[in-house]
Amino acid sequence: MTETIERHTISVLVDNEPGVLARVIGLFSGRGYNIESLTVAEVESGAALSRINLVTSGPRMIIEQIKAQLDRLVPVHQVSDLTEEGPHIERELALIKVVGSGEARAESLRIADIFRAHVVDSESDSFVFEMTGKPGKVNAFIRLMEPLGLTEVSRTGVVALLRGKKSI
Amino acid sequence: MATSADNSGENINGSEMIVRCLAELGVEVIFGYPGGAVLPIYDAIFKQNKIRHILVRHEQGALHAAEGYARSTGRVGVVLVTSGPGATNSVTGLADALMDSIPLVCLTGQVPTHMIGNDAFQEADTVGITRPCTKHNYLVKTVEDLPRIIHEAFYIASAGRPGPVVIDLPKDVVMAEGDYQEGTYTSETGHRSYRPRTEPDNAAVDAAMELIVNAERPIFYSGGGIINSGPAASEALTRFVRETGYPITNTLMGLGTYPASDAQFLGMLGMHGTYEANMAMAECDVMIALGARFDDRVTGRLSDFSKGSKKIQVDIDPSSVNKNVPVDISIIGDVGTVIDAMLAKLPNKSGGKSAALEDWWRQIEAWRGRDCLRFKQHGDIIKPQYALQRLYELTKERDVYFTTEVGQHQMWAAQFLKFEEPNRWMTSGGLGTMGYGFPAAMGVQVAHPESLVINVAGEASLMMNIQELSSMMQHRLPVKTIILNNEYMGMVRQWQELFHGGRYSESYMDSLPDFVKLAESFGANGIKISKPEEVDDAIRTMIETPGPFIADVLIDKTENVYPMIPGGAAHYEMKLGPDHGELEEKAEDGMVLV
Repeated sequence: MTETIERHTISVLVDNEPGVLARVIGLFSGRGYNIESLTVAEVESGAALSRINLVTSGPRMIIEQIKAQLDRLVPVHQVSDLTEEGPHIERELALIKVVGSGEARAESLRIADIFRAHVVDSESDSFVFEMTGKPGKVNAFIRLMEPLGLTEVSRTGVVALLRGKKSI
Repeated sequence: MATSADNSGENINGSEMIVRCLAELGVEVIFGYPGGAVLPIYDAIFKQNKIRHILVRHEQGALHAAEGYARSTGRVGVVLVTSGPGATNSVTGLADALMDSIPLVCLTGQVPTHMIGNDAFQEADTVGITRPCTKHNYLVKTVEDLPRIIHEAFYIASAGRPGPVVIDLPKDVVMAEGDYQEGTYTSETGHRSYRPRTEPDNAAVDAAMELIVNAERPIFYSGGGIINSGPAASEALTRFVRETGYPITNTLMGLGTYPASDAQFLGMLGMHGTYEANMAMAECDVMIALGARFDDRVTGRLSDFSKGSKKIQVDIDPSSVNKNVPVDISIIGDVGTVIDAMLAKLPNKSGGKSAALEDWWRQIEAWRGRDCLRFKQHGDIIKPQYALQRLYELTKERDVYFTTEVGQHQMWAAQFLKFEEPNRWMTSGGLGTMGYGFPAAMGVQVAHPESLVINVAGEASLMMNIQELSSMMQHRLPVKTIILNNEYMGMVRQWQELFHGGRYSESYMDSLPDFVKLAESFGANGIKISKPEEVDDAIRTMIETPGPFIADVLIDKTENVYPMIPGGAAHYEMKLGPDHGELEEKAEDGMVLV
């Protein structure tokens, strides 16, 4: 198997009803698909719709299979492969705790400034930074914080939207 | 659902609502087993006479019976079981129906809503357990939702690719009173997000027809989807195949979609399919897959599956396309509708077959000339193939339905029984559920009380749901069972012989019952035979004796099913077996592949 592995960001509109997330997750675990990230929240309360954004990877045939399998779940209204539909924005929010003092503490603040991360909690020997960005940017920031006393990370996973006027 | 005063419905409880909804949906029969959580529903059933209830002896039997009912009629099979063990016993049948795309609605009892999650008596997380083995499932939270959910469930079970739907019913919900208005929901109500595509893309049909018309070595490959589409799809397929003059093969689930007696029919394909069907699939230049899903039992080793062909696949389920085998043209839609669209675009016949097609048929006839199903009935021991050949000959003029269990006998039945029309053949294809055939035959008999219903069984499979003989006696269902008894789990033994050095680990059936006495103990009849000359009389006796009957046919214990694509081999690497002078090679090492 020398097929190229592709990374796709897929948005799924689903009925906001009990069990719908379990159906999606069960599908991925039951059929052995990857989930790199998954986010879910209600987006249209009037229509009781939730949007699931998921990032998955696999060979082309598997990606197509994932979309077809998602689409045949009964509470799924729409499956959109943003990677295929065109330019889109991906963002993630992360909370990052750095514990330390002295030069390392000052350095973490300088880097946070470069990455436009905000300090949302501060004590004499710790910071909690909040930052948003592409997963790559979040990864880079975390890597830089590692030698400066990084102790804990909490990330939301990817949310995504098509650029321009187009909607899914 | 709020209703204004002038058109308000009746105030009835949830259980009565269920029964009324089922009657509205045209349900005539429910297969079930009572228990604490469903007592209110059983009370509602007791008080009416529109819907018949068939009491089974184990919930798995109810599911398979409903499958047999559904598969032989094209209607939704309905099951009612209690919470906890009632629901968990149903799981195998649900998984079976999901794999074989059988429309079922299974009502399960549940503990009252306020007790859910408290490990209450006979509580199980039914929606959690059944989520991966149903097409969809519901937990009903309020009595107001009940009529909508029941109607939706029937729509989902039967629309698109059919499948099982579970409705989990907490006891307080089925006891609560609510407003019920008949006719609020109809079959057109549908579902707000589930709307499977049935009409094909015209351009794809045109592209497919271009390939089909210009094919030199074509083959039709039709499966269970044709049966789910309805009898009209089989008729359209038959016309299409005859007008093109092309060969056709069927999957195990697709037997009966094309008349087996026709010269263009090459028999079943796959692991134990015919040599000519598999070779034609391997060598074709255009493959037309209609309602078939390229199962691993069909393809053999994937990397060598029909490498030189252009493939067209018609399926109502987009996830069935490009799953195992990449195809050149996929058409999503109802297969019957698609065949009609194709037929409309088929050019008028222009004077007989092309030279290329003549050559193709010559090649196919050469493969057919190998006579791959040949066997020798000699001596005093009954060959299973002979018993089935006689069973076919002695029943072919009758209005007959066949079910099977799973194993060697199932494959022999698929090879030697011939089906001229759909819905006559009920077998567990995808899941391969031993114990399917006996209860399934019961369901078929309920749907077709005047017809002859025969379950072809192995003794090991039959032992798995033999308790349903009691249900057959109670409901006067004269199901006939013919056991091809080799005192082994035959298919397990065959694989142990061929792939595990002949080490017959736990595949021998010791301490088998006397099946005749067993039948008699239930009040039924039976006969046991061991000689070839007794076969015809035994079959006649079985057919003519009123009521359920078990014919225990002792067969050659070491007979193997051939032809065979060994696990992991390519579909053109068939073994024809000892009746064709091939040695039965015994490999020492177990095959990793299944």
